[in-house]
Amino acid sequence: MLAKRIIPCLDVRDGHVVKGVNFDGIKEVGDPVEFAYEYNMQGADELVFYDITASHEGRGAMLDVVRNTAKKVFIPLTVGGGIKTIDDFRETLRAGADKVSVNSQAVQNPELIREAADIFGSQCVVVGIDAKKVSNGKWTVYINGGRIDYNLDLIEWVKKIEKLGAGEICLNSIDTDGVRGGYDIEMLNAVCDTVKIPVIASGGCGKIEDFCDAFKNTNCSAALAASLFHFKELTVNEVKSYLINHGVPVRDVSNNLSPRLF
Amino acid sequence: MIAIIDYGAGNIFSVKNALDMLGIESVLTKERKVIENSDAIILPGVGAFPWAMSELKKSGLVDTIKHEAAKKPFLGICLGMQLLFDKGYEFEECDGLGLIPGKVDKINEPELIIPHMGWNMLEYNIKNCPLFEGLPGNDYVYFVHSFKAYCDDKNIVAYCEYGDKVPAMVWNGKYVYGAQFHPEKSGKIGLKILQNFSRLIK
Repeated sequence: MLAKRIIPCLDVRDGHVVKGVNFDGIKEVGDPVEFAYEYNMQGADELVFYDITASHEGRGAMLDVVRNTAKKVFIPLTVGGGIKTIDDFRETLRAGADKVSVNSQAVQNPELIREAADIFGSQCVVVGIDAKKVSNGKWTVYINGGRIDYNLDLIEWVKKIEKLGAGEICLNSIDTDGVRGGYDIEMLNAVCDTVKIPVIASGGCGKIEDFCDAFKNTNCSAALAASLFHFKELTVNEVKSYLINHGVPVRDVSNNLSPRLF
Repeated sequence: MIAIIDYGAGNIFSVKNALDMLGIESVLTKERKVIENSDAIILPGVGAFPWAMSELKKSGLVDTIKHEAAKKPFLGICLGMQLLFDKGYEFEECDGLGLIPGKVDKINEPELIIPHMGWNMLEYNIKNCPLFEGLPGNDYVYFVHSFKAYCDDKNIVAYCEYGDKVPAMVWNGKYVYGAQFHPEKSGKIGLKILQNFSRLIK
């Protein structure tokens, strides 16, 4: 049976993992390669690096992070943030990413999804979405890190994304993001009921039960979380044990981490 | 020395990275001579079936692959596994390498989420496949694909369950193996499978 995936997300600026504190302050919390290795050992199913650097030098640093991680960590890596062109896709994949995530740029230029899927295959095209509720059963898509309302209907957008050949959707709820009160179940259901490609739940996870709620109450394929794992409130292993005890199929690595395997 | 055939497909560095980590010598190549002189061959790949076959033809490697796969360990990964069969039906009918009888077509189940993406558990169909030696059991590996192999049960070493059964590892009983999953992205289990493959080298 296909396992539900647990995906730690790392925000990276100029080659360092950072964590925003109350919107204004950002603090560096460590080396992304070390974080990636640690999460891998804990049983993470995939990793996401999100580049929040604006500068050109920062992009180079990000690619070095990907290159170094890909030499040590043998699970899928997704890289997002600042991807604008087919060339950005190419250099990110060549650095060792398995998937590339696009967000604002895809909203403004949807053809980028089709082109990338045609050239590199749908499996490596993830479309990230930041959306916010307008009224009952209606959400709109935001760009620029959730700052600008694009007045684009979420459901229309996900239908279009699927048609253009995206392989996966990472759905972030602006309403629940940072609040830590759980994933946005209503919005997830609206999207999962609309498309037949995998959907990753993002935004709002604050405790171990939130993972279980997302998997039990929606058809999402994976759940992403950042601060819970960064600040070591939970390990991926703890989350998985909890999910196994609650009947959610996950990849249990507790039996195969032994170095004696080799 | 393992030759990893480089025909411009996707993230082939990850296969090399995994072999490097294991201390197994390998080279990325599309040179016929290098492939002929190698001890084993890996055919990786992501992308579309007809495109990959046309790239292999352009590089003049189709006959080399067929010839070498009869003499030394050969592992196709993901699309590289699908290319082992007689025919593919992605966009159009296209001849494959014909190393294992069967065809490759869509996972045809409308209620399923496609691609089949993520970690799925291997269910063993043939015992004693050397690539699975020493695995601890409950072995999850990483898949991402929308097409699958339709072939004789006797060539299927392991399935996974996704709607209907999906061939996860195929074998011609001699040198030719194919993994629908990505061993290079399947954590320790995948690394162990690659190590087992390298141990087939005489």
